[in-house]
This record gives sequence, structure tokens and C-alpha cells, in this order.
Amino acid sequence: MEPGSRSTILAIALALGVLFALPFAAGSLGNPAMTTLATRILIYAIAAASLNLVLGYGGLVSFGHAAFFGIGGYTVGILFHHHRFNEALFGLMLGTDQFLITLPAAILVSGLFAAAIGALALRTAGVQFIMITLAFAQMLFFLFVALKRYGGDDGLIIRRRNGLFDLNMRDDTTFYFVTLVFVVLFFALVWRIVNSRFGLVLGGIRQGERRMAAIGVSTYRYKLAAFVISGMGAGLAGALWANYARFVSPDMMHWTKSGELMVMVILGGAGTLLGPLFGSAALILLETVLAAYTERWQVFLGPILIVIILFFRGGLAGLVDLVKKRL
Amino acid sequence: MSAILDIRAVVKRFGGLIATDHLSLDVKPGELHALIGPNGAGKTTIINQLMGEIIPDSGEIIFGGEPMAGLKPAARVRKGLGRTFQITQLLPDYTALDHVALAVQAHAGHSFHFFGAARADRRLTGPAMALLDGLAPRAGVKAASLSHGERKQLELAIALAGEPRLLLLDEPMAGLGQVETAQMVDLLKGLKGQIAMLLVEHDMDAVFALADRISVLVYGRCIASGSAAAIQANPDVKTAYLGEGDA
Repeated sequence: MEPGSRSTILAIALALGVLFALPFAAGSLGNPAMTTLATRILIYAIAAASLNLVLGYGGLVSFGHAAFFGIGGYTVGILFHHHRFNEALFGLMLGTDQFLITLPAAILVSGLFAAAIGALALRTAGVQFIMITLAFAQMLFFLFVALKRYGGDDGLIIRRRNGLFDLNMRDDTTFYFVTLVFVVLFFALVWRIVNSRFGLVLGGIRQGERRMAAIGVSTYRYKLAAFVISGMGAGLAGALWANYARFVSPDMMHWTKSGELMVMVILGGAGTLLGPLFGSAALILLETVLAAYTERWQVFLGPILIVIILFFRGGLAGLVDLVKKRL
Repeated sequence: MSAILDIRAVVKRFGGLIATDHLSLDVKPGELHALIGPNGAGKTTIINQLMGEIIPDSGEIIFGGEPMAGLKPAARVRKGLGRTFQITQLLPDYTALDHVALAVQAHAGHSFHFFGAARADRRLTGPAMALLDGLAPRAGVKAASLSHGERKQLELAIALAGEPRLLLLDEPMAGLGQVETAQMVDLLKGLKGQIAMLLVEHDMDAVFALADRISVLVYGRCIASGSAAAIQANPDVKTAYLGEGDA
């Protein structure tokens, strides 16, 4: 998908139109669950797009991205918890239930975690990198399982969604549009980044680190910067998820969640702008549809994923490109 | 004139094998110093040590009056070293223009610019197009689709984008046809005098046409060093190298 080409702009306009009209269509079809389903897809699209930045564009196979998704969620959850019980956090400040504070806080905290984990993990490459990111994520998973103060295994219930201006955040349609705004902003940001000087370096690192060193690029710092941005994006998604589900638990950081994000990226098309959105939509829709028919839906999901990944190397975004060329 | 590159008694062992055996040589500013020798003589190993990809066991590498020990490859490039690879190291999805523009960008400073569209930036594409020179008509072609000869030319253009003070050329003629070799020789002739070069090459005609000085490497040791005529007349070189029909 060439950025800036007329067909891309058309595709983006079409996608935006559909996303904007969706809650209204859901209302008139008498199927409001469509809106919450779409909200889930959008939130995971942000998380997958974050992972895509390092995995698809940078070639860094992070198998621990759910950690940042969970950290973002827990930031919202913990701030709400302290707000609700009027307890001081670190003896310094009270919690808050204001979206405009919790969201930046979640992004910041996940960014810090990504900086710490990335700084160590990026000293390795290849399989070691996959394993070390997985190990860090599992460490955080078990940390939160053990953290009884914040619910441990059972997680933390957030009784009310965070407040944002005078919006009625309880309303699922309102929350859908809030999420949509963040999706649009985040995808626009990713688009700018991957086409910038930084993005060109990142893509170069994926294709040949030795070549990048030979033109004088110290690759480590660029990989770390990408990893931090990516962690922040996943944290944003986690914060939105905490508000959507009004619940956070260690499961948000479980390695199977990291795997799900990876499947979304690869299924949708790694290293493409809209791939993560397609991947998130496909995986969540397949899960929903198959789960309606059978409890053993995973038995059917697996082969479908294998077929798509085997036959469409560029993922769903590659398939869309193919269709566009035929038209 | 003091040398721009001074290699002093560098030793590199791989297990029981001595790849570089107390090698000392230098390159003077503007000079083209050719390094020849049979396969396995340790020519690429010395280039990789100069770049910092391999760390010598002992000895010193002085570039521009500065010891290079402890500096990573990227840092050495920023000090003014440039190289081309024997086996081309290109980015398959990037076009020829992308490669050179990226090298121009890296040379211009850090790349922590997250917003402007880099491919539309004339400060990058302008100089890059000029550096592509004869390759300009192929600027928009991805590296994966370039011919072998074009890749070799592109390697050189990328290295030149860094405005190096010393170019390390690792077999730039390897695998080229006659016409392409002649083009490469012309390209390098055009650079002679402006940039110091250390040329590793098997093509003896090219070496004799280009080199100001030739050093012969056998089993990691320098067995002879001198002008083209002196090297051709040297009996040790004849037996060790030229006589073996490797040339």
C-alpha cells in the first residue's frame, strides 16, 4: 500500500466512513452489540499497530507486547482504585478518574517500562530477543498475579469509566467515538513516523543492520526509540481497554495475549499501515462468529489462520492490494 | 606526509589459524593502496578489523591520527571511514535512491526526525540523485531487482554519500563483466587523489591500472609492498601468488 497514493486515500476515506456510520447502522439494525464489538476491534487495532511498528517495520519480534497493554490498563485501574478509596499513591498523590490524566499517565508509564525492558532486550537479537521480551512480560504477569493489593489473580474492577469533559462515557456509542478519535490519531501518527527519516532508518534496520552500521547509523538507539514508542501505543490501547471493559487483570499481560497481537499483525499484513486494523477485525470477528457456533471454536480458527497466512504472504493488506490491482 | 591510515602490527587469530599476522601497512592521503593476495590471505578480515566488525587480538589501528580501538563500526563511519562490501549488503525493499538518500541522511546527523516525509525531502534526494550518477535512470528500482553490476555501483555511491576520507573497497570488481569492470575502473580513477583508498581486488589488470602502491598478503602477512612494476618483478610474489595462476 503506497502511502499518499490516490487509492490509499480512497481506502482510508472509505474505512473512516464505515467506522463513522457503524453505530448508527447498529442502532437501526437493532443490534447495539455491534458497537461494542467494533470498539474492541478498534482498541486491539491500536495495540496491534504499536506492535507492527517494531515487528513489521523494524523487524524486531517482540513476544512480550501484552506487558505494555497490561501496564497501560493497570495504570488506569490503579489510579481509579486510589481515587475511589481516597488513598494516597506512593504517599504522594491521590488517584484520579479523569481520562485526560489517566490516559497520558498510562502512556508515560508504559513508555518507561518499555524503555527499561527495551534497553536490556535490545542488546540481544533474533531468538534471544523473542525469548527475553517474553520473559519480561511473564515476569510482569506474575508480579501482578502476586500483587494482592490490586486484586492479584482476580484483577481490579473499575466501577465507572473515566470522565472526559461532560461526555456520557457510560454510553457505549459515545465511548466508541472516543476510541475512534484515538484510532485515527494513532494511525495518522504511525503513518507519519514510518515515512519520516526515523521511519526510513527503522525500515533499513529490518532489512540489514550491517548495512545501516556501514552508513554510520548506530542502530541500537533507533531500535530503542521505536520500542518505546511502540510500548506507549500498547499502553494507550490498554488504557482504553480498561475503560471499555471496566476491568483489568493479569490476563491482559499473559503471553497468549502477546501471541494474539502477533497473529493480528501477521494476519493483517506486517509492515503495512492498515494491516493491524484488518488483522484485529478479522481475528475478533472470527472468534465471535465461530464461538457462536461451537465451544471448540479454536479448532476452526487455527486452520483458517494457517490458510490466510500461507496463501496471502502480505496478509489481508496484501489481499486488499491484490483486489485493488484487479479493479 | 603523514598517513591517514596506519595499521601497526595487527594480529588476529581464529582458533589455531592466524588470519592477520603482525600486519603493518599504511595509506597516505589521496593514495590508492591495493591489497592483493590469494584466497584466504586475510584481506577481508583486515577490512573488517578496520571497520570494527572484528576486534584485533593485538596491534593498533590509527585513522586520521586517532586510535580506533573501542569504536563501533557506525562511529568509525562517522569519523570518515567508508566501505563497500564484497558480497553486496543492500536493503532489498528499498530503491537505489532510498539507499543513497539514507546515507546522505545518516551523514547529515541523527535521524530522530519523526514527522517530515523523508522521501519527499529534496535536501536528501537532491544530493542522492547526483551521487547515483550513471545509476540515476535506475533510481526508482528496488535493490532486489538491480543487476549485480548495478549493485556494485550502488555500493560505491552509498559509501561516497558519507564523504569518507578513506574508502575501503572490498573486491568492487568481483563478478563484473568486462564492460562493467572498465566502468568501475573509470569511476575509481575519477576519485583518485580526492579520497584515499584501500583496494582489495583479484582483478590484476584493474589493480595495476589503479594502484599507487601494492601490498601482497599471504597467510595474513605482508610479503611485499611497492609499485606495480616492483611487485610484478618480485620473485616471492611470483611464487606465492601470481605464479599460481590465481590472477
